Amino acid sequence: MTDRPRLAVIGAGPAGLAATVAAAAHGVRVTLIDAAAQAGGQFYRQPAAALRAGRPQALHHDWRTWQRLRRALDAHVRAGAVAHLTDHHVWFVERESGESGRFTVHALLGPEEADAVAVGADAVLLATGGYEKVLPFPCWTLPGVVTAGGAQAMLKGTLVVPGRTAVVAGTGPLLLPVAAGLAAAGVQVAALVESAAPRAFLRRTRALAAQPGKVAEGAGYAAQLLRHRVRTLARHTVVEAHGIDRLEAVTVAALDGEGRVRVGTERRIPCDTLAVGHGMLPHTDLAGTLGCRLDGLRVHVDDEQRTDVPGVWAAGEATGIGGSALALAEGHIAGRSAAARLTGSTPDPQEWAAAAKSRTGLREFAAAIESVYAPPAHWSEQVTDDTVVCRCEEVTAGTVREAVAQLGAGDLRTVKLLTRAGMGWCQGRICAPGVAGLAGCELTAARRPFARPVPLGVLAEDHPQPTSRAHTHPTDGGPS
Amino acid sequence: MTGAACALFAARAGLDVVVVDRGPVAGGTTGAGEGNVLVSDKEPGPELDLALLSNRLWSELAEEFGEFIEYEAKGGVVVATSPGGLAALERLAVEQRAAGVVAERVDGDTLYGLEPHLAPGLPGAVHYPQDSQVMPALAAAHLVRAAGARLLTGRTVTDVLRTPGGAVLGVRTDRGDIHAPALVNAAGTWGGEIAALAGAPLPVLPRRGFVLVTEPLPRMVHHKVYAADYVADVASDSAALQTSPVVEGTAAGPVLIGASRERVGFDRSFSLPVLRALAAGATRLFPFLADVRALRSYVGFRPYLPDHLPAIGPDPRVPGLFHACGHEGAGIGLSTGTGHLIAQALTAKTPDLDLAPFRPDRFAEEAA
Ligand SMILES: Cc1cc2nc3c(=O)[nH]c(=O)nc-3n(C[C@H](O)[C@H](O)[C@H](O)COP(=O)(O)OP(=O)(O)OC[C@H]3O[C@@H](n4cnc5c(N)ncnc54)[C@H](O)[C@@H]3O)c2cc1C
Ligand SMILES: Cc1cc2nc3c(=O)[nH]c(=O)nc-3n(C[C@H](O)[C@H](O)[C@H](O)COP(=O)(O)OP(=O)(O)OC[C@H]3O[C@@H](n4cnc5c(N)ncnc54)[C@H](O)[C@@H]3O)c2cc1C
Repeated sequence: MTDRPRLAVIGAGPAGLAATVAAAAHGVRVTLIDAAAQAGGQFYRQPAAALRAGRPQALHHDWRTWQRLRRALDAHVRAGAVAHLTDHHVWFVERESGESGRFTVHALLGPEEADAVAVGADAVLLATGGYEKVLPFPCWTLPGVVTAGGAQAMLKGTLVVPGRTAVVAGTGPLLLPVAAGLAAAGVQVAALVESAAPRAFLRRTRALAAQPGKVAEGAGYAAQLLRHRVRTLARHTVVEAHGIDRLEAVTVAALDGEGRVRVGTERRIPCDTLAVGHGMLPHTDLAGTLGCRLDGLRVHVDDEQRTDVPGVWAAGEATGIGGSALALAEGHIAGRSAAARLTGSTPDPQEWAAAAKSRTGLREFAAAIESVYAPPAHWSEQVTDDTVVCRCEEVTAGTVREAVAQLGAGDLRTVKLLTRAGMGWCQGRICAPGVAGLAGCELTAARRPFARPVPLGVLAEDHPQPTSRAHTHPTDGGPS
Repeated sequence: MTGAACALFAARAGLDVVVVDRGPVAGGTTGAGEGNVLVSDKEPGPELDLALLSNRLWSELAEEFGEFIEYEAKGGVVVATSPGGLAALERLAVEQRAAGVVAERVDGDTLYGLEPHLAPGLPGAVHYPQDSQVMPALAAAHLVRAAGARLLTGRTVTDVLRTPGGAVLGVRTDRGDIHAPALVNAAGTWGGEIAALAGAPLPVLPRRGFVLVTEPLPRMVHHKVYAADYVADVASDSAALQTSPVVEGTAAGPVLIGASRERVGFDRSFSLPVLRALAAGATRLFPFLADVRALRSYVGFRPYLPDHLPAIGPDPRVPGLFHACGHEGAGIGLSTGTGHLIAQALTAKTPDLDLAPFRPDRFAEEAA
């Protein structure tokens, strides 16, 4: 067994789990690496209060899928085919130079992210998922304003105090389960504020009709919202948050056809929690450092989920936002393809025809969703000059605007160089969409060589180099 | 940076200036390096003379807009890691003093008073109070703005327009021609391409460098601190060199660690061995850094010429063509002196420094 090829799967969400199970079942050893303490990723990690509350048909189906994957993973772990490394934060994936094509995955251990480990592999599969996109608005930094995903986390922990009042706002299909989950947990959801007009979506019957599961899922959440009497305000946006030390209320307003606030429609809604989200963005740092081609903000893959770097596969939301069912299909295909190629055979796509078919349909569905759910076209006009847009470096909207108007910045990188927006701890993961919108430039994928901040002591450690070829470029230091 | 400084000094000499760049402001090597304005790392000779001139001009400009460009005259501390290294360092300091550099020998309590967090037991160091620092991208943007020059970004120079006799008439860009009797080639690492378009070859080559940036910290490193072994490296012709640590705190908080030097063409891929070497060097000098996290790293390509001196001044081969490129790892520091000398050349004044060592056609002769 030890001479079987080894695949490192990074990310234990739906995509990574499906890939791990598929690859392990087809003759390769898998090291499954994830930063979290448990398998599950964004989706299955949620205890899904909504699930326990109603268990509508669509969710029940996903729950069964999850249990099936979990059991398969446990069986492979017991059989020694899969090593599951939890609490491993990957900061760099190194590809050996030369023909060997082997990889070393570098990770930091535990919640402290202090100690280091290196995992060798013959191929890697990136299933790093996505992260939430949040656009700024006046006073969005007040305590009590959380991301939609953050609100889900509140449900998990002890933070949920029934009787609290929350507003869920932004855009995208994730707001529904978040609002339903909060309501089911006993939080009073004063409004779900959606800037798009999802009803327009119903007209796209083709993409919809092909996805009965998705429709049922959405209908399930909608029914729950109705039951909890949650008011949905479509084509509305939050224009400002209020409060002194923490959130006390938000002002919401209706949007006109152009995506501008309709003057006179503003109204104040008292609340102590605002869960806000504007969709998701793919995690591409590890792929970028490996030199994988990106299509805009997502990792480029072929029909087998291979990136353009030999030995590197990618699946799930890293390759485009599309929900957990798509992540499962892509993960399965990636795992099968990697297993075949690592064991020296050419994969037969017929073997995953069902997954490929659902991938096609779900990608169409995702594209339709993306075209419907969008932040208001003129959201940045609501952002006052004194609004802090980059929290790490405390850069205001005014400073960004000045760099564009006075200093000639016209792209995200130059704005960053001239204002420091995006140079801090989060490396622009949070503020880049907001800064790009304010600067009127395109949101481009940043190059982040370290997927996690890494202690210099760890970096400095002399790891044995697998081959001497790694040293073909001797280097020196110098003052400049 | 070089183009911005040329624009400022030329405008102040009364010329009408247009700045053309295919990217944004500071989109070249200027946005990918550090901003040290150094005299400490230079051996006596034309480059040190240019550095001293530039250093003075930076401190003058700093009175106008120092805070906008994060100018800081914080001084450099060059540390010896062995008694032999200290002797070599002192010999260099003696020669530098003769050329006008302020260089003070420090050791023991004085050294640890300057830099309390240095590794214990170092034999000694030389303190260079003239060494200073700017934030390169801000400096370039503010100098262009202060010049009042017409700034045309996102425009690529595709040809140099010349008279039948060969004199410069202007440039052709992907978005129209720009006419001017004088053309300053400040295209940095790509200066060779512009020179070739003008029919006056200049062998500018890239030398890759990585910088490591840490999380923001309260001031722990007060000067620009590096190990003495480097001096040999800077002047070296070899591609294979050892590592020496260079560490400095910045006004904004992060500590910068750099920079590596390699000749690998324009290869942008991240090299973990190089970053490891930088981190190892830095933690040897400042042990506390072992627990500090690196947030990011960036890469740039220094423009260098075979003799490690820039090309500055008129090109005798093409009337109206002036060069200001090839400053290698010192183009931020040397930009003010370069801009000043170019402005003098453009207005037919006698330059403050002899331009002979910087002659752009010096390599043509060597080749022949
Ligand atoms: C609030 C919220 C509600 C949602 N509700 C629904 C819903 O109702 N229906 C639906 O279909 N979808 C829903 N989704 C979307 C769903 O969660 C995703 O589509 C799905 O999880 C994507 O799967 P994935 O495997 O690509 O990535 P993820 O599930 O995001 O998994 C990625 C994993 O990679 C790990 N990882 C990333 N980087 C590193 C690193 N450097 N080192 C180590 N580990 C790393 C992460 O820890 C994570 O476990 C929701 C998402 C959110 C945020
Ligand atoms: C890692 C690293 C650290 C460094 N640290 C220091 C330091 O501490 N101190 C210091 O003094 N120096 C340092 N340097 C060196 C310094 O960055 C360079 O010497 C300096 O930036 C060169 O400036 P420049 O204006 O000549 O070139 P650039 O900044 O590269 O500008 C050239 C410009 O020309 C434009 N261009 C090129 N071709 C065309 C065309 N055909 N048409 C239109 N435009 C064109 C480019 O877009 C570019 O903007 C460092 C360099 C690196 C890589």
